[in-house]
Amino acid sequence: MPQTDNQTAAAPGAGEGYNFAYLDEQTKRMIRRCILKAVAVPGYQVPFGGREMPLPYGWGTGGMQVTASIIGLDDTLKVIDQGADDTTNAVNIRRFFARTAQVGTTEVTEEASIIQTRHRVPEDPMTEDQILVYQVPQPEPLRTLEPREIECRKMHAYKEYGLMQVSLYEDIARFGEIATSYSYPVMVNERYLMSPTPIPKFDNPKMDDFPALQLFGAGREKRIYAIPPYTKVKSLDFDDHPFRVQQWEEDCALCGAEETFLDEVILDDSGGKMYVCSDSHFCGRRRAEGHVGQLPDTAAAAYAAAVGAQEAPDGDAAQAQGEGET
Amino acid sequence: MAMLSSPGGPAGIGPAGIDIADLKPGLGDPVHDSQGIFRILLEAMARPGKVMQFEGGLDAPTPLDVATTAALLTLCDQDTPLWIDWIADTPPLRGYFSFHCGCPLVERSQEAAFALVSDAENMPRLALFAQGVDQYPDRSASLVIQLSSLVEGPATVLRGPGIRDQTVLKAAGLPDWFWNDWRLNAGQFPLGVDVFLTAGRSIVGLPRTVVVEA
Repeated sequence: MPQTDNQTAAAPGAGEGYNFAYLDEQTKRMIRRCILKAVAVPGYQVPFGGREMPLPYGWGTGGMQVTASIIGLDDTLKVIDQGADDTTNAVNIRRFFARTAQVGTTEVTEEASIIQTRHRVPEDPMTEDQILVYQVPQPEPLRTLEPREIECRKMHAYKEYGLMQVSLYEDIARFGEIATSYSYPVMVNERYLMSPTPIPKFDNPKMDDFPALQLFGAGREKRIYAIPPYTKVKSLDFDDHPFRVQQWEEDCALCGAEETFLDEVILDDSGGKMYVCSDSHFCGRRRAEGHVGQLPDTAAAAYAAAVGAQEAPDGDAAQAQGEGET
Repeated sequence: MAMLSSPGGPAGIGPAGIDIADLKPGLGDPVHDSQGIFRILLEAMARPGKVMQFEGGLDAPTPLDVATTAALLTLCDQDTPLWIDWIADTPPLRGYFSFHCGCPLVERSQEAAFALVSDAENMPRLALFAQGVDQYPDRSASLVIQLSSLVEGPATVLRGPGIRDQTVLKAAGLPDWFWNDWRLNAGQFPLGVDVFLTAGRSIVGLPRTVVVEA
């Protein structure tokens, strides 16, 4: 590879010995071609030659390969994990790209040009100038119903999605409602059944007619897929059982927000708990603006004792959503 | 690229008979230039009909424009067979892409991952390029079609994913049959070819999802 001259190198020794954004140029070109095909066939999973990344599968290797292939020196990167900017996965990936690509990073949704996300769509609206990159643990929405890849591929090819409808119907027959609360299957552009990754179904409606480009990368499964901006994304449902999102009786205990996705935070061993926004930047901004939630007295005391000055704990998000992968 | 040395070859002639004496340079900064160009291509493909502009210097080989050359230099490599149309298929141009991209050059349009069309009026019909297969619709050709203008031609109304409501494209120099073929192309979704239209420094993406109004 030709030597690159990065005048904007962040720190001495930053990213030394690595190509820009870690991946070699041949790999980036391959992934870029896959991304273009993914955009051209919305919701279709394009196989790609996934590379080993310097962290294990399940930590966002797919999303990172997509981000590495699109990111440039002018970009500002935000990384969220279950909505939070300050969790291990988010901090590590942000630092990885700050070192290997010398990009600026931010926790502010509107300042970012690329947002890599694990299992949430930001609460703040995104714009046409942004790209949302999802980390995907299992790209195949049919996998739990049909373990054979070759059969799943045929079902996609022939738009044979009856099995998924049956699975949702079985939920209704058994529980009276569709019990799937995350990774809720969607139809993209009325053609491909797609897993929206384990985002809570709360976020599904945001994907429809979304102004920003949405890219999905699955590292272990080696698939890339995409939803172009302003594309129809419909959550599967039935006429007599329309799609509904989660609702909470509580508001955010920290910022008082009424219409955000809330995480349940266990505070002690005697049942103390509170609900807080899963989107840490959104919650923090509201608090800075003076919004105050109603922290129950017992919770306030337990919260103060348990986490002290540390704000917006998010560790139970995985528990709330049932899956701790990617 | 380890292609410069050619032991025993005549002076100025590289491997595979590439005449490197008159070879034009490729991207000045292959890493960052190709990243910037890719983002333009991605934006073009994600927002069909939106005219994107390439900035930065690039000495494009005859008869190619900057946008055409930049797109191919960014996307092609040894994994992507390239088909070049009859007008542009000259030894210098073959040498240019062989040297800078290392891509195999194919004679049959059906075998190409990328197709370079510099003479749109006489280009093969869209069905003569790889369309993908049912289970792998991504295995289809991407066409780069160089035109005289993207803003001064007859208006065509586009709809589809990536387009808010609708948009108007004014590409000049497409063959008469193009939009009719395009309807057939879109009609066989998810199969079909994807197209970049270029003119000068401008580029427009036409993914197979684009629906053209009658």
